[in-house]
Amino acid sequence: MDKQRVHTDPQHYSWLTDQLSPPSQLGSGLFNAFWVGGLICVLGQAVTDFGYQTLNLTARDASCLACVVLIFLTAVLTGIGIFDKLGKFAGAGTFVPITGFANAMVSPALEFRREGLVLGLGAKLFTIAGPVLVYGIGASVLVGIIYALFIH
Amino acid sequence: MPSKRIGIQTIDLPNRPAICAAATYVGRMEGEGPLGSEFDYITQDELYNQDTFELAEKQLYLDAIRKAIEKSGSLPQDIQFLLGGDLLNQIITASFSARDLGIPFIGLYGACSTMAESLALGGMLLDGGHAQQVVCAASSHFCTAERQYRFPLEFGTQRPPTAQWTVTGAGAVVLNAAPKAPVMARIARVCMGRVVDLGISDANNMGAAMAPVSANIGPCPEGKAHDKGLDVYTSVPQHMKHRPHAA
Repeated sequence: MDKQRVHTDPQHYSWLTDQLSPPSQLGSGLFNAFWVGGLICVLGQAVTDFGYQTLNLTARDASCLACVVLIFLTAVLTGIGIFDKLGKFAGAGTFVPITGFANAMVSPALEFRREGLVLGLGAKLFTIAGPVLVYGIGASVLVGIIYALFIH
Repeated sequence: MPSKRIGIQTIDLPNRPAICAAATYVGRMEGEGPLGSEFDYITQDELYNQDTFELAEKQLYLDAIRKAIEKSGSLPQDIQFLLGGDLLNQIITASFSARDLGIPFIGLYGACSTMAESLALGGMLLDGGHAQQVVCAASSHFCTAERQYRFPLEFGTQRPPTAQWTVTGAGAVVLNAAPKAPVMARIARVCMGRVVDLGISDANNMGAAMAPVSANIGPCPEGKAHDKGLDVYTSVPQHMKHRPHAA
């Protein structure tokens, strides 16, 4: 056994914590994210092709159909308590496609419904997706102004 | 009168108040754990027959307190103080339970330390002769804590391996100062912790955030040279002895 003066500076402690904390399973994590995310994209492409070739939609309407179908499926799976288990398994695989955004909207809606329709659901619907919308829309406005002033 | 203070943070309780009864009500996952057979009641239903998770937590809390009082052989009106808290805003679980029980209430918030805090203060109340019998209690519920501190339950995220899992459950103990009270354990000394912040800001690594206070190490408080560091006996792995940031 060593007798030593325990060190107290935060930088060293943070280093120690990094050394001792078990790391995430990067290999299996990446693999699961890849194949689940890939399958979601294949599904989206299949719906797009179906709309384009069988329903005679324009390319734009066909990809719109794919978005609607994926959002609908995510909302249903979130509602019946399957999507969070899928998300736990696949991580970014379910989070990066549009399914992640749909889940981020539906899960607060479910959670805060109990606090009422206005102050619960209405107020807290955007708790997770809000920042994405604020900065996404903000950035698009900014880019639009630059485009209108200098490029167009 | 001799001082009961026996250290910088430690107080002696010469009358050794007794823990005379205890009760625990927990959720399914806790019941499946290694302590499963020790609990008084394990509910399979996270809602505990209530409309919301918050009401479920309150009911677990109330039932644990009532069970502990019943085990001690007394009635709620024999209890002089109820000390307790929980994790929610305005310690709402503890406050609403205190409303239902009608026992004079001392609301506490120490997050993970609430139970220990209630025992420390309850022990001091009894040792000082300010009460004969008090109840200490604390509770948490995974589903209420999760949405207050992190994400909605149905949100599909991954937890890192260091993430903690909030317990669904409530515990209550009855402390008694009478020399002839039944004894499960006695409170001999009380050591109040300091808040030690070594800068861990990861909400998914609470263990690392809380560990320094248990070892009582931390940054030097202003004007207290003796607290600069502590001599402790440790077996430090060889590669840990390297300190890239040592001052």
